[in-house]
Amino acid sequence: MTARTVLQPADITRALTRISHEILESNRGGSDLVILGIPTRGVSLARRIGTILEGIEPGSGTVGSLDVTMYRDDLAGQPTRAPSPTQMPKGGIDGKTVVLVDDVLYSGRTIRAALDALGDHGRPRAVRLAVLVDRGHRQLPIRADFVGKNLPTSSDERIRVRLLETDGIEEVTIES
Amino acid sequence: MKHLLSTRDLDRATAVGILDVAEDMADVATREVKKLPTLRGKTVINLFFEDSTRTRTSFELAAKRLSADLITFSAKGSSVSKGESLKDTAQTLAAMGADAVVIRHSASGAAQTLADSGWIDAAVLNAGDGTHEHPTQALLDAFTMRRRLHGAASRGKDLDGLRVTIVGDVLHSRVARSNVWLLNTLGATVRLVAPATLLPANTSGWPVTIGFDLDEAINDDPDVVMMLRIQAERMHAAFFPNAREYSRQWGLDGERLERLRPDTMVMHPGPMNRGLEISASAADSSRSTVLEQVANGVSIRMAVLYLLLSGDREATA
Amino acid sequence: MTNDSNSMLITGATLPDGTVTDLIVAGGVIAEIGRGLSSADATVIDADGLTALPGLVDLHTHLREPGFEQSETVLTGSRAAAIGGFTAVFAMANTSPVSDTAGVVEQVASLGARHGYVTVRPIGAVTVGLAGEKLSEIGAMAQSRANVGVFSDDGHCVSDALLMRRALEYVKTFDGVIAQHAQEPRLTEGAQMNEGALSGELGLAGWPAVAEESIIARDVLLAQHVGARLHICHVSTAGSVDVIRWAKARGITVTAEVTPHHLLLSEDLIRSYDTRYKVNPPLRRNEDVLALREGLADGTIDIVATDHAPHPLEAKECAWAEAANGMVGLESALSVVHAAVVESGQLDWNDVARVLSSKPAEIGRLAGYSTPFAVGNIANFTLYNAAASRTFGTEHLHGKGVNSPYLATTLPGQVIATIHDGYATVLDGVLVDAAEVASKARAYRG
Repeated sequence: MTARTVLQPADITRALTRISHEILESNRGGSDLVILGIPTRGVSLARRIGTILEGIEPGSGTVGSLDVTMYRDDLAGQPTRAPSPTQMPKGGIDGKTVVLVDDVLYSGRTIRAALDALGDHGRPRAVRLAVLVDRGHRQLPIRADFVGKNLPTSSDERIRVRLLETDGIEEVTIES
Repeated sequence: MKHLLSTRDLDRATAVGILDVAEDMADVATREVKKLPTLRGKTVINLFFEDSTRTRTSFELAAKRLSADLITFSAKGSSVSKGESLKDTAQTLAAMGADAVVIRHSASGAAQTLADSGWIDAAVLNAGDGTHEHPTQALLDAFTMRRRLHGAASRGKDLDGLRVTIVGDVLHSRVARSNVWLLNTLGATVRLVAPATLLPANTSGWPVTIGFDLDEAINDDPDVVMMLRIQAERMHAAFFPNAREYSRQWGLDGERLERLRPDTMVMHPGPMNRGLEISASAADSSRSTVLEQVANGVSIRMAVLYLLLSGDREATA
Repeated sequence: MTNDSNSMLITGATLPDGTVTDLIVAGGVIAEIGRGLSSADATVIDADGLTALPGLVDLHTHLREPGFEQSETVLTGSRAAAIGGFTAVFAMANTSPVSDTAGVVEQVASLGARHGYVTVRPIGAVTVGLAGEKLSEIGAMAQSRANVGVFSDDGHCVSDALLMRRALEYVKTFDGVIAQHAQEPRLTEGAQMNEGALSGELGLAGWPAVAEESIIARDVLLAQHVGARLHICHVSTAGSVDVIRWAKARGITVTAEVTPHHLLLSEDLIRSYDTRYKVNPPLRRNEDVLALREGLADGTIDIVATDHAPHPLEAKECAWAEAANGMVGLESALSVVHAAVVESGQLDWNDVARVLSSKPAEIGRLAGYSTPFAVGNIANFTLYNAAASRTFGTEHLHGKGVNSPYLATTLPGQVIATIHDGYATVLDGVLVDAAEVASKARAYRG
């Protein structure tokens, strides 16, 4: 098995900064924005984006988490998964622009589950998707609005995202 | 998990895991749409050979919140009461495609008999078998204690060092047994208080201390006092002389309530005999967790149904 | 007694005392014993390597007929007995109608004689209807063609002290013995298993040892007071063994029996709530099992009796509290005794012959078993392959009941042949056909 690093810590930081600016640009400012990370690593990324947004426009960095375990379509046939916490921000999501944040976008099924989960929490005005890595191979008609890096891969390759908060180091590698 | 028959078989990691999943399930109750799609298409059967509105409706709500289809077979007015055997009833349910059977029965061991019989393939959830075990009750009691102790920071924690005193008819109580095993697994220390006639003849293998004196137990500063229900029938079988004497010796009355710390929890599995084992003042005091226990029951039962029915059942057998 | 048409030559059998011998059975009796025997037209049974035991006598069997034929009949129970090496069984009185009159006991005896697999000696009830209130017609039953010598309300305890006293005194008239099922009813209401640490854990109502021991203590003193014979059924606790030992030391005429299952199985099996382990008196602690084995070895307990108790499937395929009490035991008894006390060296084959044949026959006043393997004795014996080992299964059960606690366990030994009143009921490990056995029985009776 060979592993090559495709994103160094500095690349990750730059990508998140660019994504944060793109979010503000497309939203025409920071009002009514809610950044929801999908556990596990999406939550760390969402928090970082929130911090960056706060630095650019104070009051724009409202952050939460959205666990999608209960909405997955592949629960049977796998070992039982323990859910992670869902934390909705105080103002809720009704009428807000929700930006979902995940580390890797692949088949799109996680995001489909996230849209279902979101629907049970309220009715956002709009839902956007920000991902650190888009590796292609979509199985559903889902697309990301904000992408850190496009990484075309073959399906027998594996993308590994490691972040300081969860893994102690910072890098994105492709293993084959 | 293939079945949930007892708390005796739960190790610490599994028990804490169930409590943690219940935290997520509890959140559902705070949302506008109190529903998860997780068990959509699964069929859960409530098989209640013994009457029980509270536990039955708790399981009903739990199943429905997870979008499962639930049907209740209760003792009155069904083939169950007409003498149809457990075996035939079980096989009928299997033929209907039950994925899980929640069983309450007056015979100790009935849930295990059903699970081991080979008559059904479904997951078996013990909702109370005779005087043996009532695992979801103990789990919701532990969840309640944990929440009162740690609040929003409960995830991942056990009940290490908690001092729990259980008072009442231990001999006939499945709630007591399930609590004894689970609390011990979670690190709590348990003391049982009852007249000798209402304690099992030989508790040498139980991880508890035994006492006959409730006042002495209260002086020992417990963190939790759990009162068990006294049944009228016990008086006729000479377990104690009468209700007055029982209440005087082992009832949680106003005077004893005052001697508890303000943050000591007063618990009761319900239904309560106000004025017998627990006074109205105790039942309604801020120390009382009785209503939380009911709410937490739904969350725990949702967690257990999720763990039994989602995921690959063969792999967890 | 007319001649049966075939005689048998058994070669190379090992007697209980270890001597290897041949036997000739002819005309219903043991005609010759010695080495190198021959007989012209005899059926030869090669008993090389087989242990010859006198025909086993079960002092405590439930044949269920009349009234509970769905569980067992005299025919099916007799067949189960024969395959277990038994040539005589004493049939308990809890039938329907109860065996409390000459009419019923004569019916049971004659069914047994007609089917011919074993000698069936009915046990008479102590009280009418087993209700524990009035003495039954003990005299009539004793003097009937059924020749009843043992009286028992088994299933129920004769708990009224005055009634027990009267029964002990009255039965002396007929040289009978009262066989008591020792269970104080008030201490065992709703009881499900032995009272102890395990019952508390499992949430099953307890059957305390004192409920058995206190009745035995009372009854041995009564027996002493009135000078009567007393027999204690299915002793199950260490404390009971102590009481009986004490009584015998004082010269009280008490005898006692233990079941094979109480010699081998303990209450730990009940953790599974498997209803095959539900029996009355219940399985007890390991300490009790060991004390019973010692009691059997030192003679405090006189005999082994099966308490064979068949039940239909639906009586066991349910939750523990709803299940019937009882285990079948005729087919497995010898193997279980072998496993429990012979393999350990506590009993040898002579002792087995005593506890499973001569002594029960003596207690029940059954003639012909006091001097086994003597020339001129009516031929009642069994040939047992002690070296065999089998995984016990339903194919080894021949009564109607399959409620055996030994299914899927390994048991030593197997009965290869059983000879009853001079004709074979089991040959080559297989039951002889019922029609043939019945005809041999008819011929034997003349």
